[in-house]
Amino acid sequence: MRFVLKTNYGRDIDIFKHRTHAIWYIVLVGLLIVAPLFLDIFYEKQLTELFIWAIAGAGLMLLVGYTGLVSLGHVAFMALGAYIHAILYSRGWPLALSIPASAVMTGGIGVLIGVASLRMTGIYLAIATLAFAMIVEKVLAHWPALTGGHSGFRVDDPNLFGLSLDSSTAYYYTCLTVLLFVFLAVINLLRSPTGRSFIAVRDSEISAQALGVSLLRTKTLAFALSAALTGLAGALYAHRIGFLFPDAFTIMTSIMLLMLVVVGGLGSLHGVVFGAFFITIVPQIIAIVRDWLPAELAQRGGLEPLIFGGVLILFLMFEPLGFYGRWVKIRLFFSQFPLYRRKTFLRQKSYLKTERVH
Amino acid sequence: MDTILQLLLKGISQGCVYGLIALGFVLIYKATEMINFAQGELMMIGALIAVTFTQYLQWNYFVAVVLTVLATGFLGLLLERSLLRRMIGEPPFAVLMVTIGLGFVLRAVAGMIWGHDPQELRTPYSDVVVHMGDIVVGVSNLVVIGGTIALCVALFLFFRFTRIGIAMQASSQNQLAAFYVGIPVKRIVALTWALSAGIAAIAGILFAPLTAITPNIGFSGIKAFAAAIVGGFGSLPGAIIGGLSIGIIEQFMQYQFGKGLGDTSAYILLLLMLLIRPSGLIATMQKKKV
Repeated sequence: MRFVLKTNYGRDIDIFKHRTHAIWYIVLVGLLIVAPLFLDIFYEKQLTELFIWAIAGAGLMLLVGYTGLVSLGHVAFMALGAYIHAILYSRGWPLALSIPASAVMTGGIGVLIGVASLRMTGIYLAIATLAFAMIVEKVLAHWPALTGGHSGFRVDDPNLFGLSLDSSTAYYYTCLTVLLFVFLAVINLLRSPTGRSFIAVRDSEISAQALGVSLLRTKTLAFALSAALTGLAGALYAHRIGFLFPDAFTIMTSIMLLMLVVVGGLGSLHGVVFGAFFITIVPQIIAIVRDWLPAELAQRGGLEPLIFGGVLILFLMFEPLGFYGRWVKIRLFFSQFPLYRRKTFLRQKSYLKTERVH
Repeated sequence: MDTILQLLLKGISQGCVYGLIALGFVLIYKATEMINFAQGELMMIGALIAVTFTQYLQWNYFVAVVLTVLATGFLGLLLERSLLRRMIGEPPFAVLMVTIGLGFVLRAVAGMIWGHDPQELRTPYSDVVVHMGDIVVGVSNLVVIGGTIALCVALFLFFRFTRIGIAMQASSQNQLAAFYVGIPVKRIVALTWALSAGIAAIAGILFAPLTAITPNIGFSGIKAFAAAIVGGFGSLPGAIIGGLSIGIIEQFMQYQFGKGLGDTSAYILLLLMLLIRPSGLIATMQKKKV
């Protein structure tokens, strides 16, 4: 057991709760920095992908986990970010300008959805964002003059001020840098009054309004930031896959993103990393397991959605706070070793808050 | 004129299918305030079970239809019993995600059992066409329309005159009050799931002759959302009306502006509806004040 003695109010919102905490994170970042030196190129690429998913996940987490707005259409923002960046970049914009520009423009579209979201609650919003994603997907496919349509759009090799980022190691460091900046920004945002107003809106819109939080401002801001971060991830993803086509951004990707957030743990940034790890590692595990399965079953395909869907259901039923929730429990178990009580984390069931009036 | 009639008929028969899937959503939503994202997948399972019974086992078509509906209904009952009953009292978002996961699992399992190749449901009326004046209509299209009307009448009678139907209405209006007057609410909810899965199976059987069946046809469930919203989410006739309007508008848009806009028109309509009149054409819900 460790007690953190707080001597002023500022300590409540410190990034690191105590020194060991900080040391662990520095070790982690250090490990990630030296990792390419002794990692195989395959794992390097997987890690890069994990970083990109984590950036997109941080965007969605801000919306779903912290503001309580459900979006089933986040893939649209990812696709928009990827296409806007690729198109601007192909027209000669420098990388350092076109990536932020794509994030800003995606964020602008997010504002529109955010304003629209004020009129909808819960499930209606989820369905509306789903419809938005379907429309974006069709537009990308049926506007060949701009996007290349179904024949695809080649993304030029990344080049930052004459420095080629094309090698997988260079791109690894690019994504890692962006990820660290994004996480720092999101952590700081959540410590600020704005972030607190997000959480207030999530927990009760009515109480938040009573305390003077503007729903319009909070929801549009949450949507804008979330869309911008997801767009940023999309722009990075564009270089990762090198070739854009509408089928790379289907509704399945959207659901994968939601899965990342839920399985990782709603309402925690650790969850984003756990979730990103989960969705990058499952396809690898399946590839290994497939060798052991009878050929008949292995060739049929569909193993991946089965495992994703199954794991999602199991988590929602038995561990709604995801991997992060489990990790907190394990940590508490060891820190209180013989005195750990299961009931600390008793789940409370609530009565259905109906949206209907009879 | 003929083209318009032809498009209208095609739109109506397609719209009936959307309407039937939407009916399943609305039934479950009314009973439990859950949204079942796997409704389209239940329809797909229903269609594939029908294919199994008629093609692989060579059973009589009508026997196969009845057994398919029963089997899918039983699957719905099983899902409610094993998964969704445990989710009572959890936040709506969690329930939504469970049904999304369920959709994944059902699609994957269907792919493993039946493969991903397109299948065809042979019916006694498969290649029959009728000439009505100058236009030619496949009997399959007419059967969809007739089947939907028959099902709607049956459902109306069921909700109006049977004890179970009335109990379902009561528990969807107020679960607690229904429980107090002695209605076994849990059992009623389970039966609602069975009913909704059965309707999905009927939608699948009616839809199957119009298209090739793959595990991915469940995605038309997303368009059925549009139907349910356009009709007003809590209303059974609204679901059918919404389905018909989506089906018809889709056909005309496709004819006029090509496939791209035809495919998106359902979603555009859905967004417009949510922005302009969120309660749908037939409003059953008032906005909650607090």
